[in-house]
Amino acid sequence: MRRRKIQQGRTAGILGTAIFGAAAVLGLVLASGALRPRSAIATQEQPGAITVTIDNFSFAPMQLEIKAGTEVIWINKDDVPHTVVSDDHKLFKSRALDTDEKFSFTFKDPGTYEYFCSVHPKMTGKIIVK
Amino acid sequence: MSDYIEKNQDNDGVDRRGFLKCMAWAGTGTLCLVQGGVLKSFALADVLQKNVGNLKGDLSFVQISDSHIGFSKPANPDVTGTLREAIAKVNALPTPPSFVLHTGDLTHLSKPEEFDTLAESLKSLKTERIFYVPGEHDVLNDNGAMFHERFAQGTQGDGWYSFDQKGAHFIGLVNVLNLKAGGLGNLGHEQLEWLEKDVAKLKSSTPIVVFAHIPLWSVYPQWGWGTDDSEQALSYLKRFGSVTVLNGHIHQTMQKIEGNITFHTACSTAFPQPHPGEADSPGPMKVPAEKLRGLLGITDVNFVRGKHTLAIVDSTLQG
Repeated sequence: MRRRKIQQGRTAGILGTAIFGAAAVLGLVLASGALRPRSAIATQEQPGAITVTIDNFSFAPMQLEIKAGTEVIWINKDDVPHTVVSDDHKLFKSRALDTDEKFSFTFKDPGTYEYFCSVHPKMTGKIIVK
Repeated sequence: MSDYIEKNQDNDGVDRRGFLKCMAWAGTGTLCLVQGGVLKSFALADVLQKNVGNLKGDLSFVQISDSHIGFSKPANPDVTGTLREAIAKVNALPTPPSFVLHTGDLTHLSKPEEFDTLAESLKSLKTERIFYVPGEHDVLNDNGAMFHERFAQGTQGDGWYSFDQKGAHFIGLVNVLNLKAGGLGNLGHEQLEWLEKDVAKLKSSTPIVVFAHIPLWSVYPQWGWGTDDSEQALSYLKRFGSVTVLNGHIHQTMQKIEGNITFHTACSTAFPQPHPGEADSPGPMKVPAEKLRGLLGITDVNFVRGKHTLAIVDSTLQG
């Protein structure tokens, strides 16, 4: 089978949050006064991007501390598909990532973000944004 | 060890020693059958060559599982080929099965072309009908919409249903949707409510066969091998004299008897997974090529009216 390498969600997730995101999420963003200008969203390939590796049915590192505005890239190194989904199912949600496929999301606001793999929900992770 | 019942506390035709002996052979091609309250076992090779008589029950059906069409990694680069071998195995049974149950993970990535290949391959099965329940690999990205449209038309809710065959009641459950962070397989409130109503009208003597993808018993929760709300589902089935639960997901045969409930998991037709806890993760297990077919297989189930225990035979693709 042909394997496609795709990078999805680099900006779609963020735009999705800003434009289509649930009222609760938007409200949170507004309340924190952190709604950034669109130009910030479009920032590509930030040099400080941090990678979380999905391997052996776990996220490594399982817990990650980053500064606000950091892009996190997940890459699946397993032979089975995994997803990266925020616990609220809204803030970020990847499609199923096949081997070597990636998903990324930029965390703009400080807070603790828990997420899991919706295919194998025992797989959980946490991003702490300072 | 005797071939005959030594201690049969549940009066269900199976004692623990006889059962364990049977299980030791399962996977290497053995038929275990209860006749007249006596557990008998036969080498599957003899069954296939029709060297043994009187194995016919009132109903026989086959379970296949975890075909993972689309998977192409080293653990098995030709999953369509091994599915075809499994189909040939079913078609070689002395009595064609009344129907076939596919207990999920038809595909690896829920892609339309993978569903196509699966459906096309199964057309050569010599049986009247195939029933499906989805695995988590069949509901990626669309919450199971494509699976539902193609393999679960006319079902209830997210794809659950029941039907009757020769006096036995069959129930297909869906436990791979709406999974919660940190949790296991999930049936959900709506499905549980439906199940309670579905079995309420049945006599307690009705044999029940439940099939679902993820095990409905706690096989190894650390790897997600269990279902969060299965206890509640099983509580609705406690009053029945004979309940058989057939699952897939873990790509190996495993069996447990609890009261009148027999739990059984089937082999995959695609690739093996490690025994619980014997690897870092439950991912596909690469074995030497000559050993692969000994770890893949099908499950043949025989139901004899009036007997409490269904005869469950696992046979591998080898030999």
